[in-house]
Amino acid sequence: MTETRKRAMRWSMLGVLLLSLILPVGAYFIATSPSVTAEEATNPRADYWREVRSGQQENAYTAVTEHSAGTVLIQSSGQNWRQLRNGPLATYGGMILIAALVVITLFYLLHGKVKLEHPRTGHTLLRWNSVDRLLHWVVAIGFIVLAVTGLSLLFGRALLIPVFGKEGFAAYAQIARDMHHWIAPVFAVALLLMLVLWIRNNFFNQTDVRWFAAGGGILKEGHPSAGFMNGGEKMWYWVVFFGGLAVCISGFVLYLPIFGQTRPDFQLSHLVHAGFAVLWIAASFGHVYIGTIGTEGALEGMVTGHVDESWAKQHHDLWYEEMQAKQQIHPPKEGKVSAEATGDVVSSGAS
Amino acid sequence: MAKMKFLCDTERCIECNACVTACKNEHEVPWGVNRRRVVTIDDGEPGERTISVACMHCTDAPCAAVCPVDCFYTTEDGVVLHNKDLCIGCGYCFYACPFGAPQYPQTSEYGARGKMDKCTFCAGGPEEDHSAAEWEKYGKNRLAEGSLPLCAEMCSTKALMAGDGNLVADLYRERVTRRGGRADVWGWGTAYKG
Repeated sequence: MTETRKRAMRWSMLGVLLLSLILPVGAYFIATSPSVTAEEATNPRADYWREVRSGQQENAYTAVTEHSAGTVLIQSSGQNWRQLRNGPLATYGGMILIAALVVITLFYLLHGKVKLEHPRTGHTLLRWNSVDRLLHWVVAIGFIVLAVTGLSLLFGRALLIPVFGKEGFAAYAQIARDMHHWIAPVFAVALLLMLVLWIRNNFFNQTDVRWFAAGGGILKEGHPSAGFMNGGEKMWYWVVFFGGLAVCISGFVLYLPIFGQTRPDFQLSHLVHAGFAVLWIAASFGHVYIGTIGTEGALEGMVTGHVDESWAKQHHDLWYEEMQAKQQIHPPKEGKVSAEATGDVVSSGAS
Repeated sequence: MAKMKFLCDTERCIECNACVTACKNEHEVPWGVNRRRVVTIDDGEPGERTISVACMHCTDAPCAAVCPVDCFYTTEDGVVLHNKDLCIGCGYCFYACPFGAPQYPQTSEYGARGKMDKCTFCAGGPEEDHSAAEWEKYGKNRLAEGSLPLCAEMCSTKALMAGDGNLVADLYRERVTRRGGRADVWGWGTAYKG
């Protein structure tokens, strides 16, 4: 009997111990579950104004006077926009732009220009026809003007007012703003045409995978094979594609404030517009570098339309072979090198 | 120095819109621009509230923080003013302002907005006091002649108060103490905190 009694006592002691631990914890769940008393504890007036502030009661507003502010009583998102624009956008945007310039400068100093491995032969290939070139340069010049004027609005207060003074900068900023507005539509149309015309050359394939695996011939020695467009050029195309669409669409929302856009629409559009533009500008430094001083013989392709045989063999061997098969390689004109070969007419057979 | 503030007593405002009219008339504000407006919440329902809203002349003004040409300045009296000669009509202050104060005479053609216009606390602008240029661009400068903003001066129920923030707060506190209930210093948390 004593044995069973002892066992019962042991179990009941354990039960008391467990319950004494669990019950206070249970009280926690009871206290934190939503209850009538908790609801009554808040101040209904304070709740009311909190709702007004958060914009939940926006539809309940009325006002006699016609007002461009509509019947908005208070908008809190403006402060978020201010902090995002003056904070991360300006800080990180500026850092990214400077970092891009520093990296390119260092690369140029350490690696130097990518020179032609073989001397020019004078034989040329038509790389960009007159429509390609026209679109490219309209977009390029537009891009530079839009970038300079746009960045002036973001960084001008910090960088240019100390130089020009408030009056001087305001006069410039007014012209910059107007130029941004007038050039934007031309730029957008030319950009969209260019993207449509060039898209078929820019889908990635197996050659590009190998091109990237070989580091584009920059990180490792030797030139990986490439067709008309190499992997890097295709990557730049898609940066322009997605960056361009984001900037153009958000720009359009900001451009014409006549579709009943609300302040949050403007705020979001501005952040998308400026954010993507800064990234695009930083990336464009790389494109400009590679297309001009970074690669011997590259710029003449977009200026005259024609590139030298040696350049084509070195950078776009598969395209060169293709053109060779089509007999599209032009001999030098009157003994002059490709600089004079501006004609667009493809007449390899006749000459 | 004094810090000028607006306070609208929502228990007293009767939505007569006289402040709006007085402001437009006093400054000959351009068509389509209302420096002050009266907003009603839950119109016609129990607990309806009416508030007269204009530029609150914030302590840390968001408009001034985002202006790309830095055209805003705060006077010795704590009034936030702007220089229309510098303004390029970019719209950033309009995006940032919590109270919907900045407005533009044009809103349509190709984003051209014209120079921003807003409440000056009847303190004119950067031009010489009472000059023709000041009147043309910013309206009357009542503060310079020792008067307070007309909207508050002529408010029939004295719902709208304008002046030194400490005096205004004292008057309002006394008012709330007498009548009971809670204090509603609408917009002060946003405009004057910190």
